[in-house]
Amino acid sequence: MTIPSTNTAKPATGIPALLKTAFINALVALVLFSLMVGIRTEAGPDGQLTYWTRFGEVAALVAVVFGGSIVMELLRQWIGSTGAEKLVPPAVQSGISFIGRYLAPALLIFTLLVPVIFYDQRYILDLAILVLTYVMLGWGLNVVVGLAGLLDLGYVAFYAVGAYSYGLLATNFGWSFWICLPLAGILAAFWGVLLGFPVLRLRGDYLAIVTLAFGEIIRLVIINWQDLTGGPNGVSGIPRPSFFGIPLDNSDEGLAARLGIEYSATHRIVFLFYLILALALVTNWVTIRLRRLPVGRAWEALREDEVACRALGINTTTTKLTAFATGAMFGGFAGAFFATRQGFISPESFTFQESALVLAIVVLGGMGSQLGVALAALAMIGGFELFRGLESYRMLVFGMAMVLIMIWRPRGLVGHRAPTVYLTKAQAISSDLVKEGHG
Amino acid sequence: MDYFAQQLINGLVLGSIYGLIAIGYTMVYGIVGMINFAHGDVFMIGGFIALITFLILISLGLTAIPLILLVVLLVSMAITALYGWTIERIAYRPLRHSFRLAPMLSAIGMSFVLTNYSQVAQGARVKPIPPFITGGYTLHESQDGFVIQLSNIQIMVVITTIVLLAIFTWLVSRTRLGRDMRACEQDQTMAALLGVDVDRTISMTFVIGAALAAVAGLMYLLYYGLVDFFMGFVAGIKAFTAAVLGGIGSLPGAMLGGLAIGLIETFWSAYFSVEYKDVAAFSILIVVLIFMPTGLLGRPEVEKV
Repeated sequence: MTIPSTNTAKPATGIPALLKTAFINALVALVLFSLMVGIRTEAGPDGQLTYWTRFGEVAALVAVVFGGSIVMELLRQWIGSTGAEKLVPPAVQSGISFIGRYLAPALLIFTLLVPVIFYDQRYILDLAILVLTYVMLGWGLNVVVGLAGLLDLGYVAFYAVGAYSYGLLATNFGWSFWICLPLAGILAAFWGVLLGFPVLRLRGDYLAIVTLAFGEIIRLVIINWQDLTGGPNGVSGIPRPSFFGIPLDNSDEGLAARLGIEYSATHRIVFLFYLILALALVTNWVTIRLRRLPVGRAWEALREDEVACRALGINTTTTKLTAFATGAMFGGFAGAFFATRQGFISPESFTFQESALVLAIVVLGGMGSQLGVALAALAMIGGFELFRGLESYRMLVFGMAMVLIMIWRPRGLVGHRAPTVYLTKAQAISSDLVKEGHG
Repeated sequence: MDYFAQQLINGLVLGSIYGLIAIGYTMVYGIVGMINFAHGDVFMIGGFIALITFLILISLGLTAIPLILLVVLLVSMAITALYGWTIERIAYRPLRHSFRLAPMLSAIGMSFVLTNYSQVAQGARVKPIPPFITGGYTLHESQDGFVIQLSNIQIMVVITTIVLLAIFTWLVSRTRLGRDMRACEQDQTMAALLGVDVDRTISMTFVIGAALAAVAGLMYLLYYGLVDFFMGFVAGIKAFTAAVLGGIGSLPGAMLGGLAIGLIETFWSAYFSVEYKDVAAFSILIVVLIFMPTGLLGRPEVEKV
């Protein structure tokens, strides 16, 4: 861990200053790691704690910090500080708009072709489905956070409501996926409104903590209401989706038999892939359409200035509630899809970490940029998969990446936006100029 | 009645621990205006450092319990404070003038880092310690044999909390540092113009918050006799709830909120159900915020146009 100097501090130059900084950093690292890494404790078989020392590891870590801070300092002096441009320069802007115009369709076409290209690679298909699920969740949360500027730390609650709605309705009543999908969305939207009511008067961080508490309440109720939800054991045996009533299995009634082709388990995966792609695209399309409708305009106005909104006669109550309900509905759809894909759901899938992950995707995507959210989901989930082998280091690296990305690009990957409403011509602006709302 | 009194004692002790953590949240919020999500994990780190220091001291052959406790307290406060300082330098200072969500996400990331760092460094299993401070007093014994117990460890937790609060209140209201902190809270630019070192003051805020969290970690370790790498999350959320309940930014509010959450949790477990104690705490938070949107002692935020 290196300690970057601040902007206000005078830039240190010369070898002695460099070594001094590195030395101080190494000293701090030595104290930090001395006990936590240097002494390893473990409970013995009789409950007695024992410990052994690991000074080699501490020395290695301190050396890494020493070397790392020298490299960081040299890099900083070499690159120098870059001034932030508020208005994107025309050349860059035309380049971005060129890429922007063709990147999204190109990505879409590529995504449509993924099952064709990677037909034999089950792993890649599964990963693609996972990425698309998070793209959909990101787009759903984007309505609440990116458009309406309401900070929601409990989004996973709606994902859970959707998943459990489908899981319980399907296992208890045998209802099909296509009936339950809208129901899951409606139920999640209902819970969204239910959450929306108490938080109407809250602002900023009060809103954040209440949504977080709401997410935890839903999870704790799921864990403890054992009669209904099966508690920590979860709901298993959730039916797989059918191709609009035709099952995707090896029977005579199955789709493969009806089409007269040989059955393969991959059919179902490909079907699931296109299902989540369709759901995600519906989310995207609805969001884009809503942005052009009065309610969408009201969301963005609410994000920019709530007082001005009121003064202009916008009903902030209904505006906030529709934002919560719309976002929650998409979360519910994604949850129902998650349940049918996994066939098994348990409260472990709906922890705060998931909420944080989806929020990170939205913020990293640039808050409000649809393409940015998709790219961020790809980067986050893809990057997450790279560390699958290193199970316990995975979240460590994920957390570090989150911190570093925030320091590097606090405004997300796609740091500019085309305004929804403009006077004569649309000019992309840096998202530094876009407010994030105060709840 | 006896049962009630016993639960009251237990609730106050738990509330003291929450209050100590909540002060860290509310202080940082008051000055920097951000939720320090990693603070719960700083508390966990404090607990771990206390545990490790205990082990070393005992294996060195020390037997005087007061001496051990003093050394453990100082070591864990010092090292945890350094953690707080480092976290602020790495994850928050570069984002100080960024938009509101950036430091918060950075803090969530930092929280993941700390949780998994201690899991990797110390293993995932729960670490128990034998009880150090035993004994206590029987306050009252009723006819049907129910006893109200006040253990020494409970007395110690409450006394430590009161002493620390006294020192802390003195620090904020009487010293140069406290005045700088209050100045930064009101207006950072103006404070800087008047010669207050804003960076240093904010660093010190994190250091003090982390040191108090370390004390809470030590108390938790002594009271429950165990630490694990995941305890920071739940305790952190509860303490944050306490800070918000009391009115975030208000120091007496944090302590009051901590006591309230501790009491709610204990009484709910005692009279209703243990499983739903957290649900009860969070629900009461939501209910209080509906009627008092800035918490119990918070100042209403006036937005100027």
